[in-house]
Formats: sequence, C-alpha cells, structure tokens
Amino acid sequence: MSETNVMINGIKIGVPEGASILQAAEAAGIKIPTLCFHPDQEVKANCRICVVEVEGQKNLMPACATKITEGMVINTTASRVLEARRMILELILAHHPQDCLHCARGGSCELQQISSEYDVRFSRFPQENAELSLDHSSPSIVRDPNKCILCGRCIECCTETQTVSALGLAHRGFESQVVPSIGQDLFESPCVMCGQCIHACPVGAISVREQTDDLLDAITDPDKVVVTQIAPAVRLAIAEAFGAAGDQLLMGQLVSALKMLGFDHILHTNFTADLTIMEEAQELLERINHHGTLPMFTSCCPAWVRFAEVFYPSSLEHLSTCKSPQQMFGALVKTYWAQKAGIDPERIFSVSIMPCTAKKYEAVRPEMIDSQYADVDMVLTTHEIVRLLKMAGINPLNLPETEFDPWMSEYTGSAVLFGASGGVMEAALRTVCEKVTGKPLEKLDFVEVRGMKGIKEATVDMNGTIVKVAAAHTLSKARVLMEQAAAGTSPYHFIEIMACPGGCIGGGGQPLTLSNTQRARRMNDIYTEDRSRKLRKSHENHEIKLLYDDFLHEAPGHRAHELLHTKYSLKKKNP
Amino acid sequence: MGSGGLVVMDEDTCMVDVARYFLHFTQEESCGKCAPCREGTMRMLQILEKICDGKGTPQDLDTLESLCRVVKTTSLCGLGQSAPNPVLATLRYFRSEYEAHIYDKKCHAGVCTELLDITINADKCKGCTVCVDVCPTGAIKGERKKPHVIDPAVCIKCQACMVKCKFGAISRG
Repeated sequence: MSETNVMINGIKIGVPEGASILQAAEAAGIKIPTLCFHPDQEVKANCRICVVEVEGQKNLMPACATKITEGMVINTTASRVLEARRMILELILAHHPQDCLHCARGGSCELQQISSEYDVRFSRFPQENAELSLDHSSPSIVRDPNKCILCGRCIECCTETQTVSALGLAHRGFESQVVPSIGQDLFESPCVMCGQCIHACPVGAISVREQTDDLLDAITDPDKVVVTQIAPAVRLAIAEAFGAAGDQLLMGQLVSALKMLGFDHILHTNFTADLTIMEEAQELLERINHHGTLPMFTSCCPAWVRFAEVFYPSSLEHLSTCKSPQQMFGALVKTYWAQKAGIDPERIFSVSIMPCTAKKYEAVRPEMIDSQYADVDMVLTTHEIVRLLKMAGINPLNLPETEFDPWMSEYTGSAVLFGASGGVMEAALRTVCEKVTGKPLEKLDFVEVRGMKGIKEATVDMNGTIVKVAAAHTLSKARVLMEQAAAGTSPYHFIEIMACPGGCIGGGGQPLTLSNTQRARRMNDIYTEDRSRKLRKSHENHEIKLLYDDFLHEAPGHRAHELLHTKYSLKKKNP
Repeated sequence: MGSGGLVVMDEDTCMVDVARYFLHFTQEESCGKCAPCREGTMRMLQILEKICDGKGTPQDLDTLESLCRVVKTTSLCGLGQSAPNPVLATLRYFRSEYEAHIYDKKCHAGVCTELLDITINADKCKGCTVCVDVCPTGAIKGERKKPHVIDPAVCIKCQACMVKCKFGAISRG
C-alpha cells in the first residue's frame, strides 16, 4: 500500500493511504482525545472532541473522520484547538451529573479521564440535569439516562453488531435522549441483555446490575451454605483486572481468594460444560440419525436464546433443548451435589460467577426451578467479583492454591474451550467424532472454528458421515445463519452461536472496557489452557461418568431430561 | 440568516434581542447529533437571555465570544457553523448595546422589558385617568386631576399607557 506524507505538529510522517488524521497522529505518537470514537465501530464524529487544525481549512476538522491527503499540515496543539476541546468538555459536563464519587464508572470513565487531562476544573455554565428516572427494569442492566452523553456507541453496537435495535435516539437538540425502543423500559424492549452496550458506553449511563450487597448478606447468613460455580472465561479477565497476563493466575489461587471472601464451597461450571457436551452430542446424533430438525443450534448462550425467542419464534425447534452449563449446574447442585455432600438443598445458596450479564436474566427465567428450588440463586459478573476482591484487599495472584470441592469440579480441555467462540463446537466435535467412529481422535484441534472471524465453518468426515458445522459470534452473524435455517436453506447440521464478540471471553459482564484486540488475546489463552489439560475430551471426565452412574442413570424415568433440558417460549416482541 | 431576506431595523430594535431571537431559532432547530451545536446553542441562548434580563456580567461576554468561536469552527453541519453569526455580527458592530445592557442595565431601544422603567412625569400629568383605564394590570393609581403614579412591582412594561397618554407625561428609560 502506498504511503501519504503529512506533517503533524512539525513532524513529517508517512502513513498508509486512506488513514484518518487520528491514525496518523497515533503513528506519530501524538494522542488525540476521543469520546464517540470506538476502535471496533464506524466513525460517528459527533462529540467533536478530536478536532484539529488543518492548514487551509477555515474550520477545525474532526481527526476521526478526516482522511489524510498528501502534504496535509496538521496542528493538534493550536490554542484554538485546545480552547475548543476544553469548551466542548465544559459543555458536556454542564449537562452531566457531577456524582463521579459514587458512579459505577468512577475511575474508569472516559469523560472523567479526558476532563482531568484537559484540566477542566469548573464549568462556566449552570448545571442542567433533566433528572430522568433510572431504568431498573432489566435483571441484567441498569440505565441512567442522565449520564448519557449521546455519543451513540451503544446504539451502534446494539443495532449493527447485534441487530437487536433495543436502543435508539429520541427527541431533538438539547432534549435528545437514548431510549429503549419506543420509549419503553429496557426489559420490555427486544433487549437480549448481552451487555455489550455496557462496554460501548464511555461513561456510567449503562452498567451491570450489581448484586454484591445481596451476596454479602448470603455469606453472613449462618443458615445458608454458599456454593459457587466459576465459568470458564472468568479467570483470564480477573488476572487482567489485577494487572497480570491471563495465564499468570492459577485456578487454585482463585479458589483460595473466593474461600477468603467467605464462599463455603467452590465448584466449577466447566464440569457442567463437559456435561452439556455429553447431552448435546447425544441430541445431535439423535437428530441426525432420526431425521430430527436440523441444523441444531447450541443453547448455551442466554442472550442468543432470547434473541431467537424474540426474533425467530417459529424456528425454536432448531435450538438444542440442553440447558446452558450454568443452569445444568444449578439443577444438579441442589439435587445430586446436595445428596453427595449431605447438605439440605434448602440451605444451599447457589451463586454463579459469569462473564455475562444475560446469565442474570437466565437464572430468573421462571422455568429454571427443576431442582424444586431456584436452581441458581444469584449470578455475579466477573466485574462484580473483581470489585469484591479489591474491596476485601485480596489479590488472588499473591495467594497459594486451594483444591476445588469434589463431585462437580473436574473438567477437561473441552470445557475450557466454552470461553471462546467456536469452543463449544470444537468440544462437541471431539466427543461426537469418537462416539460415531468408536476410535480415539488423532487430531483434537479443529482450527477451522477458531479465531475472530464472524462465521467459521468446517466439514467433518466421521466414517463416511459428513457433518457440516458452523460457529458464529455476534448476533448479526447469528441472524444470517438463523435466516438460512428458517428458510430451509442451511447447509449445516450443527451451529454454535455466541452473542458476544469473541464468545464469553468478550462477555458483557467482564471488567471494563473491551476491544477486539483484547478479545483475540484472551482467545489464545483459552487454547493454551486447553492444550495444557491432561484430559481434553468431555466424555473422559471421571466425575461426569460418576454423575451418570450414580445419579442420572440410577433413577428410573427421565431424570436427565427433567434436570438438564428445557423448553423455549415465544417472547413478546415490539413492532 | 436562513432565507437570505433583508430586514430593515432602526433605533427601536435592540441588537442583543435580535441575536437572542436568531439563537432561539437555531437552538430549536439543532438536531442534537453533535455536541457543540446541541449544547452550545442552548448555552449561547441562555447567556443572551441573561443579558436581556439585565443579569449579564462582563465574564458572560467573554464566555459568549469563546462559545461562538468554538460552535462555529467545530459543529458538524452548516446549522451549527452559522448559528453564532448573528451574535458575532452584533458583537462586532453593536458592542456598545451589549455593554449598555451589562454595565448600565439599560436597553436603549426599549425592547428588553426587564431593563425598562416606566415613569410618570408629575409636571406633565394632568390626571386625566386614561392611563388608569388602559393599564391591564392596574399598576397605575391616582385621583382625577392629580398626578398619577405607577407601581413598578405591578407594571408589566407593556407601554400601553405611553401610547394613550396625550400629554407625553409617561416615559421609559
């Protein structure tokens, strides 16, 4: 690609043709502040914080939206540039609540950061807050419309990346607002609660619905036995939140940290991830052999399940009936595990630690009471656990390792893969292939379904049975595959869907804020952990075998079906 | 502005009020997409209203000028880029009117009602009571054939009395 020469603040630099001023400045090592710009989104150019002076132009130019041209002379530090940036910050701040001390984004707010860099210490304008009411309707997400600075990042993420369009702009001028579709509460909108808007938001206008206080109440209640499950994608994000690389934090250290916080028993969602594979593989083979509905879509991701229920209510038979690992775990912890541990299930308070905001919604779905109790009593996001650990002064990286509690914590490399997009597919293929061929697999890695590509596909030959599979992440890609399935033109047998970019490692409940580069790095860490496991196939998990022998197969009837499978229902959809 | 039409004004037009009028229009028309126009036109209008109400300070003039520069040079579309023009033009050619509003608390064109004082000259007033009858708020009191007085707390400065007075006894200042 040819280079274009520009002069930025007196520095001559060659940058690739078609680059923006923002990219050119970055190449020259000059920082230009941004608010509405997001590296994974289209340029919006509405905050105007990134304006710069370009020789020959009367007006200041937005660096994010202006393409460089040969010989362009750019000044990013002219006094009128700095005056404009400070003035715009002052204007935004005068229309934004000043409660930074107790804001959910205090300390990680982009507006706070830039205002501090630009030394905006007061505003010349009277404070104007509309005092709109907070939206607490959703079990996963809290919206504070007063804090919104109208950058449009959440709208783009909801409309373009996820094609859900739960958020949109309403009113005009100074009265403009981001609102859930047709001004309803968020929970009544088509929102699937993936939480990607939380990562898109530069300020505290959209945040995770936090339940840490309720958890502390449960921990201090002597009648409650707090049992927790940790999801596969959590460990890497916690390590990053404590300033380490993902692989530096050991699972055992995390167990120690959680025990210190007061959790009574620590188990692993990875165990039920292996169980999901067993059940899902069985279901897939039955569908293939008995001409059931194909393609079969995975159902581990609650945001995807709600998306299908809202947008494709007549195609729900394509979804696997398997519950997600979290809900399988919930149903088993108050039945099987309670029996094994000799604990009255009524006393068990089941907490799951998830990278996901939609899991909070999944846990409160009315049908999730197959253990005769609420299967999962509380879902905490990684973000909340990190806050709790920091509040308690615990850095898990400094702790010795502790073993997991038994019966529901052993896991294989396959379960680890659930954290990355394509992982469930890869794990399922390992088990399905061996079930069909009856021979051990030579090559365990299905690299075709790995990586950050939107839709990944593979064809697997199992002793003459050709199985075509696909794995997609983000709901815009899921929509493409579901449209095919609904039209009857899908070439696939089995499709994995994860609502968040990169899969669960990029989940809405992960510590703030995420970019796709970070997601790709976490994905690599997942594959490294898989390679390091002694057992890498779900059906080799000893505790899973024990579960089937001692509990699921032992009782007459369909215990496995009752506890591990579910039904889907049509969800209200807005016009 | 806008239509490109020509407006003729005389000494009865207050230039601060003209700027306020145009800003009222652009502020209503601002779509809200870009921050400087969405927030800036509202704040310019607020400052102009403050000056028209006689509450303007010398700092307001500096802030207004800075706002104009920023909104003009950073707004996304032509609306925001031209919104400050009436303010900049009036500031350039009629700065003294702004200063009269701020320092002297006077609107010489008699448009900014908050800055008006309607008074009755006792020497000229014949006590004909025409003004008492025409006053919509009952602010004028007085006996027949004796000078009348206006209660400034009740007066809404509509100037109806001034128009009706045949003796030129009522003045504004």
